[in-house]
Amino acid sequence: MAKLKDLVNKPEILSPGHRLCAGCGASIAVRQILSASDDPVVVACATGCLEVATTIYPYTSWRSPFIHNAFENVAATISGVETMYQSLKKQGKIDKEIKFIAFGGDGGTYDIGLQSLSGALERGHNFVYVCYDNEAYMNTGIQRSSATPRGAWTTTTPVGEVIPGKTQYRKDLTRIIAAHNIPYAAQASIWRWSDLIDKAHKAFYTKGPAFLNVLSLCHRGWRFLLEDTIKISKLAVQTNFWPLYEVENGKYKLNYKPKERLPITEWMKPQGRYKHLLTPENESIVEEIQQEIDNNWERLLVLSGEK
Amino acid sequence: MSIKTAAVTGNEAASYALRQINPDVVAAYPITPQTELVQSFSEYVADGLVDTELITVESEHSAMSACVGAAAAGGRVMTATSANGLALMFEILFIAASNKLPIVMPVVNRALSGPINIHCDHGDTMAARDAGWIQIYSENAQEVYDNLIQAIRIAENMKVRLPVMVMFDGFIISHGIERVDYLDDATVRNFIGTYQPNHPLLDIDKPLTFGPLDLYDYYFEHKRQQAEDIKNSKPIILDVAREFKEISAREYGLFESYHLDDAETAIVVLSSAAGTAKAVVDELRDRGRKVGLLKPRVFRPFPYIEIAQALSHLKAIAILDRSVSFGSFGGPLFTEIRSAMVEFKKIPENFNIIFGLGGRDINEQDITGIYNQLDEVVKSGKVKERVQYLGVRD
Repeated sequence: MAKLKDLVNKPEILSPGHRLCAGCGASIAVRQILSASDDPVVVACATGCLEVATTIYPYTSWRSPFIHNAFENVAATISGVETMYQSLKKQGKIDKEIKFIAFGGDGGTYDIGLQSLSGALERGHNFVYVCYDNEAYMNTGIQRSSATPRGAWTTTTPVGEVIPGKTQYRKDLTRIIAAHNIPYAAQASIWRWSDLIDKAHKAFYTKGPAFLNVLSLCHRGWRFLLEDTIKISKLAVQTNFWPLYEVENGKYKLNYKPKERLPITEWMKPQGRYKHLLTPENESIVEEIQQEIDNNWERLLVLSGEK
Repeated sequence: MSIKTAAVTGNEAASYALRQINPDVVAAYPITPQTELVQSFSEYVADGLVDTELITVESEHSAMSACVGAAAAGGRVMTATSANGLALMFEILFIAASNKLPIVMPVVNRALSGPINIHCDHGDTMAARDAGWIQIYSENAQEVYDNLIQAIRIAENMKVRLPVMVMFDGFIISHGIERVDYLDDATVRNFIGTYQPNHPLLDIDKPLTFGPLDLYDYYFEHKRQQAEDIKNSKPIILDVAREFKEISAREYGLFESYHLDDAETAIVVLSSAAGTAKAVVDELRDRGRKVGLLKPRVFRPFPYIEIAQALSHLKAIAILDRSVSFGSFGGPLFTEIRSAMVEFKKIPENFNIIFGLGGRDINEQDITGIYNQLDEVVKSGKVKERVQYLGVRD
């Protein structure tokens, strides 16, 4: 397990002074994850908040080699980088140990980049893919993605007279990725930092592709107070909205079980994007969402041998 | 130096060049009529005849994306495609060029959908002409082989450092069997030299950021530099051709002139149709007619002054385009050349012929008809129709 004392003494790859918002979940996730590698890393990033806010020419926040190509192709891009490394290593032209990591938001991963990611996983490149999931297209201004949860307000699922926010449930990406039978896939939270760092370490030191899905809160898009990022991250886990688990060589393992599952309304209450649901006329929608959360949790318990 | 003569398809000649070039990484996806090229190269990989790591990607978009990653990492990178595959790469073509990554890509020309068609025209690479890549068109299998080897040197030249497409006609050249003289492996490897990395991403001691956000305060300057870089590749392309002649005894320039100096009329046409046109020129010359041909080789950077100069003494020219630029004055070759000729006081009479879309044949009779039409234009001093479509049912 990672020790806080060791972590604070590690040099940071993402330097301060980047232009991500104060209270942004993504930068916290990136810093925790990158602290888990003991070797140099090459970072690739899909177009999105993380990329635009850290590389405004002529400045860069990256103390490691960094490449941004386009929105939908970070997995293909890192597979090119990693393959060149393997080729040069085989030819004796490079001998250093280097780790490869790709970051994409939920838009760049659940939606537009899914094909590229699926291909790279199937080919078995030695890399870590991190989805920093903030549940909508935040960089373009809060449009819904297939990671946006049911009922949430976004600018393309507005709360209108007839339709109260997003009508569909989100995609279960972590299970889709696990279905590729890659050696390691996990879901993590910035609130459980040591769990996340352990998972990142495992991911870096797994031979072959590894995947981390990290809930990365966005107070601008979710409409909450910026100082509450970690508090709300905790609620996501304690309501079973974002269960922490890993799939190692096909075996599911639950990493955290709340003593008492909090109702989903506890997760919704501090977030403006759910405000419209917490009214008597939308009670049935909340009940349906609760049912879906509970069903998913039950299935996870079965998958992980807890039931 | 030894020469091996083979009877091969254009695709096989390209694949043989790839084997000799021995790229560090190839990322490719199959598409007709390029497929045979990638298949044949896969056999070289499977037999351990190259050091190449082959990434069999799930789409052309990922092929070009992986090429960008691999080339930025710091090594020699190639891919190959056709038509819809090139169209799927479109977004990343620009990114490859703007990152100054010396990727070399054979493109087997094929008509773009829709409707879907697998045969030759130049609509695919013409649509990509402004992506920032150097574009070289090849007439036959020999030129495919020669151009690919030269492309490596052009792309990797430190003053250029740009991606290069080498084109040849789908099926007509890609699947037709022709005689090709191969150089021996050592000569090719000596000619292309070892890859010189330029700010490689894998240099972890000098971390660099590739692909930053570049707004109104710098983007324009970077585009201006890019425009200059591709323009400056012209003398390098000629230098490489001169050096290539020393090892192959084959001559290349920015374009090829065929009986042009003393000609009164001429046809300008790219790729395999130029081969057919040369046969017609020979036949008409035998009958005493002063006809000639100009075959552009390098389309980007477009040698506008050089071509306009080479055509300036003619009385009339027909510029043939195997692609259509919808809503434009004429085909891409026509509009380039016609605008370049404005530099000169006396402009030859000229017209544009769009031909061969979707693989429709152009034969010797068709080309003889064009030379006859040029004679009529010279006689009457009038062009009846500026932009014409050859062999199409109206």
